[in-house]
Amino acid sequence: MLVHSRGGRWTAWTVFFLLFLPVFALPFLVVLMASFATNWSGAFPSHPTLTHYQDITKGDSLNALTTSLWTALAASVLALVVGGWAALAAERLRGRQRRLLDTLFMLPVAVPSVVVGLSLLVAFSKPPLLLNGTREIVILAHTVLVTAFAYQSVSAALVRLDPAYEQSAASLGARPAYVLWRIRVPLLLPSLTAAAGLCFALSMGELSATMMLYPPDWLPLPVQIYGATNRGSLFTGAALAVVLMVTTLIVLLGMGRIRTRASYR
Amino acid sequence: MARTTHTLPVLDERAAGTPADAAPKSPAPHGSPRPPRTVPGWAWALPPVAALGYFFLYPLFLVGKQSFSPDSGGHSTEPWTDVIEEESFRKALWNTVWIAVGSTAGCLLLGFVLALVIAFVPFPGGRALSRFIDIFLAFPSFLITLALLFLYGTVGMANGLWTDVTGGASGSGPIDFLRTPWGVLLAEITYFTPFVMRPLLAAFSQVETAQLEVASSLGARAPRIVRQVILPEALPSLAAGGSLVLVLCLNEFGIVLFTGAKGVTTLPMLVYSKAILDGDYPGACVVAVVAVVLSVTLYGLYRAVVARTATLTGGARRAGA
Repeated sequence: MLVHSRGGRWTAWTVFFLLFLPVFALPFLVVLMASFATNWSGAFPSHPTLTHYQDITKGDSLNALTTSLWTALAASVLALVVGGWAALAAERLRGRQRRLLDTLFMLPVAVPSVVVGLSLLVAFSKPPLLLNGTREIVILAHTVLVTAFAYQSVSAALVRLDPAYEQSAASLGARPAYVLWRIRVPLLLPSLTAAAGLCFALSMGELSATMMLYPPDWLPLPVQIYGATNRGSLFTGAALAVVLMVTTLIVLLGMGRIRTRASYR
Repeated sequence: MARTTHTLPVLDERAAGTPADAAPKSPAPHGSPRPPRTVPGWAWALPPVAALGYFFLYPLFLVGKQSFSPDSGGHSTEPWTDVIEEESFRKALWNTVWIAVGSTAGCLLLGFVLALVIAFVPFPGGRALSRFIDIFLAFPSFLITLALLFLYGTVGMANGLWTDVTGGASGSGPIDFLRTPWGVLLAEITYFTPFVMRPLLAAFSQVETAQLEVASSLGARAPRIVRQVILPEALPSLAAGGSLVLVLCLNEFGIVLFTGAKGVTTLPMLVYSKAILDGDYPGACVVAVVAVVLSVTLYGLYRAVVARTATLTGGARRAGA
């Protein structure tokens, strides 16, 4: 306890909420309120309606939602395979090799996402691999961008893994592949699902690289939100944004539940 | 997930079939009928590194190459001289840097104050709040700009409140800064502050409460305790969080795009408008190379700071044990 007087504590809390509420809580509230409104000229929005949500259940917006879900699913599975494999391989390395692998796999975080999009556009607009204008290039970009997070989560989980289990399995004659499959992967499962949830959430909200790459028939939700607000349909954009946030939350919480379930096994 | 678990054993079978000239590094486990043939550790890393190389590093290399290949053909430094002479490029570079530095300073200040209260003046629900902040990190940045449009836009809460009070016409409110760099600054501070708070909260949980009690019983008041006891402990985390936020702000695109201001162009925005709107790929590649060099240099700095912090806290934990 830093502040002992009652008055001082209340002052600290007041300052905290004066900063916290407008900065963090209000943005979510206004987007939520706007998604139910048709007009906002006073302090609060007016003419409540559900039409923005009804519009989402059909047409382009529904397509955008399924597009985003498929893209995020594909990208997070691919990222988990590549990132998880790399993390498992990195664990066996020491010194300079280890640092090199860490640097390589964390590099996509440092490079601006727009540049990742541009680079894929430059590299795969010509044979041998012509991907420009396909949905695969969007999935590829998302995979490149989220692999770093998969790598980092699995690496962090590997450090926390108790080596006693695999050592005893190996001492009983289990081959490395068997140890990996029966000991390490089950122990890593909670971290793997958490990493998948993180990758999924990041891919759902990815806008920068997608703006560079998306073909007309593969339009993810963030691009649709940008299109709506750019046209001036702010309230439709708000409803789409709420759908994006709720979907992301459901996936994150679902992954969280799996995590606790696995840890009690 | 299932695919990870399947691919790895398959690789192992294949790898075990290759001639093992390298001596096994670890002694064979007892009870094994024959010494297991092993491949060197780095060979395992080759497949993912190859994938990363082909889909990430090689395209980046091509961007660098394209920046020296003007549309007229051949190789020259013409795109570079063209872009550097442009007024818009210099303005974008300046905008990117000052907005990123300003946002980082704002995030550090706000994040420090908020984390301080959560950690040292605890209140019921404080833990739930810090979890709420974690969720905040999973949402895309452009949502903040969207929210700010409803808060401070020409039709929005703040201006609506103004017209309600003064009775002026709708849309005549005085608040109109969202389409200026200040709007970007506010959105970036809002979105990136949690990236500072998380490492700070971790660092604060390591501070011995006994230290605070001793300082307090010796007569130090709260501001002095913060300055002389808490701040030194928090400095490495502040440096780490600050440099991460600086890189993220330099790379930020969604917030600037949603602001929709013509006057606020940053480097990522310039890459987008040159490549997609103007179709000037060599020019876009030049800007991209500048942006990558700027960000990667700063990110290298961040990693160095984190590595230092990790060894410092590791040492402290051992000393405390």
